[in-house]
Amino acid sequence: MKNGTVRLGTWTGAALLVVAVVLPFVVYPVFVMKALCFALFACAFNLLIGYVGLLSFGHAAYFGIGSYVTAYTVKAWALPPELGILLGTAVAAILGVVFGWLAIRRSGIYFAMVTLALAQMVYFYALQSPWTGGEDGIQAVPRGYLFGVLDLNEPLIMYFFVLGVFLLGFFIIHRTIHSPFGNVLKAIRENEPRAISLGYKTDHYKLMAFVLSAALSGLAGSTKSLVFQLASLTDVYWTMSGEVVLMTLVGGLGTVFGPVVGAFIVITMENYLARYGSWVTVIQGVVFVLCVLAFRRGVVGEIIAFVQRRTVRAPSGATPAHAPGE
Amino acid sequence: MFELLGIPPQALFGQLLIGLINGAFYAMLSLGLAVIFGLLNIINFTHGAQYMMGAFVAWFLLNSALGLSYWWALIIAPIVVGITGIVIERLLLKPIYKLDHLYGLLLTFGLALIIEGLFRNYYGSTGLPYSIPPQLAGGHNLGFMFLPNYRAWVIVFSLAVCLGTWFVIERTSLGATLRAATENPTLVQAFGINVPRLITLTYGFGVGLAALAGVLAAPIYQVSPLMGSQIIIVVFAVVVIGGMGSIMGAIVSGFGLGVIEGLTKVFYPEASNTVIFVIMAIVLLVRPAGLFGRAR
Repeated sequence: MKNGTVRLGTWTGAALLVVAVVLPFVVYPVFVMKALCFALFACAFNLLIGYVGLLSFGHAAYFGIGSYVTAYTVKAWALPPELGILLGTAVAAILGVVFGWLAIRRSGIYFAMVTLALAQMVYFYALQSPWTGGEDGIQAVPRGYLFGVLDLNEPLIMYFFVLGVFLLGFFIIHRTIHSPFGNVLKAIRENEPRAISLGYKTDHYKLMAFVLSAALSGLAGSTKSLVFQLASLTDVYWTMSGEVVLMTLVGGLGTVFGPVVGAFIVITMENYLARYGSWVTVIQGVVFVLCVLAFRRGVVGEIIAFVQRRTVRAPSGATPAHAPGE
Repeated sequence: MFELLGIPPQALFGQLLIGLINGAFYAMLSLGLAVIFGLLNIINFTHGAQYMMGAFVAWFLLNSALGLSYWWALIIAPIVVGITGIVIERLLLKPIYKLDHLYGLLLTFGLALIIEGLFRNYYGSTGLPYSIPPQLAGGHNLGFMFLPNYRAWVIVFSLAVCLGTWFVIERTSLGATLRAATENPTLVQAFGINVPRLITLTYGFGVGLAALAGVLAAPIYQVSPLMGSQIIIVVFAVVVIGGMGSIMGAIVSGFGLGVIEGLTKVFYPEASNTVIFVIMAIVLLVRPAGLFGRAR
């Protein structure tokens, strides 16, 4: 049963990689780059909800701060892009340490409310601070030369750079969830008191997962600010936190590829619906409601369940997709 | 006139009054959230949208052919919005009670997006004016400050609603049933009480409370589709600070935090948006279960 899923995963990964290499020649590269940034963001978010069972409703804070720090350092300090992104990621990680340290004191619903409220602080900070440019944000961020040689203003070079960043982030997450550390996280998700009684300091594990998730969200935000050459209040607003929840939910909570698929679906949807203005919000809301009521496993979760049913050929063989916090 | 730490008393008491008014809304909203959470185990993310709907119903009533006044809105808006709440509970929330609590949060978040998006489609993001009812126009000069009658009314009325809710829940037999159902719904059901109906009515009541706060807020803030999402995040922080275990806790922390926010506007305006979140962080460090909460 396990084998079937793993083999399917490997094949899907290979197929997606081929698609990712071909895609910029078929579709508008900026669109794919945007989707890749959000896919990384959703994967980072999924690390918490899918593998530790913690629903953060404030991930926009790390995405946004990464975006702002990179945009600012690259523009005002004229840092090379790789350093700007590293700084953005580092600041997001530090923010993750502080917020995570506070938030893991509560769990479940309270955890969601605490992270949301903390993220709103970052939003007000970005609104009021002089360096973030208030309502205008930081515009006309130069992409610069990667390692001093590769001109990121070339769409294809930029594309493969973004793809590289995404694959790096994805690889880190993949390694994390398949490591002994990742198994402890899953143990905490399934039964925290039991994990504690087995001698694991669950708070340390939760905090480490939180910081890793925040840092990778920052990496996604940093990269995004170079793609769009813009860091704005949208990046840190609570709607962004909601969007990443939606992507992960649509794709499948706790699945490896789910967030990627979800991000592409949501971004495509927004792209086609952009001209309908506020209807996008309404449709996002409808998708939320439908997913919760009827489609909790998400796209990838449904596929996995289907394959498992086929491989095992027994009705009881299909394990339900993991619900958060169970 | 005397001065306090270099702050003119008009400014100080003026902000204190605004703080009390915001506190009244925080208290009414967090009260509703606490009552709903107690019985449904769901954090109602739609609460902000329902508060906004209350204000809009008041606006519709005034601008409709009937031209129903503010006083009618105080009665009709909570009932109308409460009924929409009951429909939502029956159709959408009921199927997910057995699931993890987080799904309730996600579902009500989706509903909030739908409602806010719909209103934004038809009314844009700018506010619609709603004038103070003529009976409450004007104000009194108290010597140290000018007290507008409407603001005094909001504080007195919301305090009465909050204390009335507290009385019903803590001191009557209906409240005793409600509290028992919070503790152990199965057992209460076994005593012959229709718990599902109790749950539905509780949700309708909590939502109605939010709509009532919306009507009260309409003449103070403009009626805007965004007014709900702006307040709901602060109310979540208030709920984390107070803890959802106690009704009186929700009222006290709501009013208290409103006042603190108002005072911050006087002494350090830059922090007034974030002071409640900072207090939340401190409370998490000192008393993670909340000031009035029990660990659940």
